[in-house]
Amino acid sequence: MHARADAADTAPNWPDDIFATLQRFDIRQVPYVPDAGHSRLIQRVLASSTMRGIPLTTEEEGVALLAGAWAGGQRGVLLMQSSGVGNCINMLSLIPILRFPFLTLVTMRGEWGEFNPWQVPMGSTTQGVFELSGVQVLRASNAAEVPAVLEAAASQAYNALTPTAVLLSQRLIGAKVFTK
Amino acid sequence: MSKDNLLDRRQVVSTLLANRKDVVAIGGLGASTNDMCAAGDHARNFYLWGGMGGAAMIGLGLALAQPKLPVLVITGDGEMLMGMGSLATIGLQKPSNLSIAVLDNEAYGETGGQTSHTSAAADLVGVARACGIGDSRAVTTMAEVEAFAKAVHDVSAGPRFANMKIDSASLERILPSRDGTYILNRIRGDLGFQPI
Repeated sequence: MHARADAADTAPNWPDDIFATLQRFDIRQVPYVPDAGHSRLIQRVLASSTMRGIPLTTEEEGVALLAGAWAGGQRGVLLMQSSGVGNCINMLSLIPILRFPFLTLVTMRGEWGEFNPWQVPMGSTTQGVFELSGVQVLRASNAAEVPAVLEAAASQAYNALTPTAVLLSQRLIGAKVFTK
Repeated sequence: MSKDNLLDRRQVVSTLLANRKDVVAIGGLGASTNDMCAAGDHARNFYLWGGMGGAAMIGLGLALAQPKLPVLVITGDGEMLMGMGSLATIGLQKPSNLSIAVLDNEAYGETGGQTSHTSAAADLVGVARACGIGDSRAVTTMAEVEAFAKAVHDVSAGPRFANMKIDSASLERILPSRDGTYILNRIRGDLGFQPI
């Protein structure tokens, strides 16, 4: 059993800010691996009439999917957790080779009060993995900066073909709390 | 080493693409991409030279973006095994315009012909069907290949999957362009999308 700081009755608004930005940038395909930090955004996407939420079995599927979406004229964004970034490494090679717009929003684990040591290795290397793979990294650490960070990230990803990952810090999301 | 009574891969791919009309075709990393090029270079050929396991998902993204266009993934058994989870993702989305043809020679031909899982254990038709792709076929004759090639153009009845048993002959490589940006932008241009 566990409870989260972002339980339904205290749900923050920043996922709605993200959704608004994605709408403004005409995002149509939203592949995701289910994740508590993204749950509100995923709900908004699944309820949207213009976006298609696409659950994946592993994050790398989403990278390939977005390449196909762009070939067919649509923009997409990949939602994942820091632990899934490692699953993507080889597929990230498609981004510079095919030169398609890539934006991913990554909820962070393994930092800021993490209780589970198993999340730490991938969480602490997420930024490095992206940077070594040619993906620029922006970070949002509090709710107030989410709109500006998202705007910057979407602009450079879709307008300047600059692959970009936004790390949504565990401080923003709220560390997972397990209770007996 | 070539087995008897198995399909010729180049003949299979030529047949799949013979009357392609507006089909967008995605080749998997390895010989299937060469086979597509051997059948004739085309502005709507998406050749993969990397990103192993991604062919079916590229097909899904394209099929969802262009629901009225037939999208055909032609890949190998090794590539499909690596992206087997994508069959579950496709089964969930049910894109009616997406078709997947696996050229199954039961071997990793690019890397020395090591035996693949389909030779003894993995039944990709069963996997695809169990993942929700109702039209999943085992193909062993050219008549079945021709029927599948015809079905590809029906964009209202997919997704569909075919596992085609081909021989394991190693053929002369017919190499398409290796420039991914060119390949992708050529497709986009042919579909009417301008460069950014």
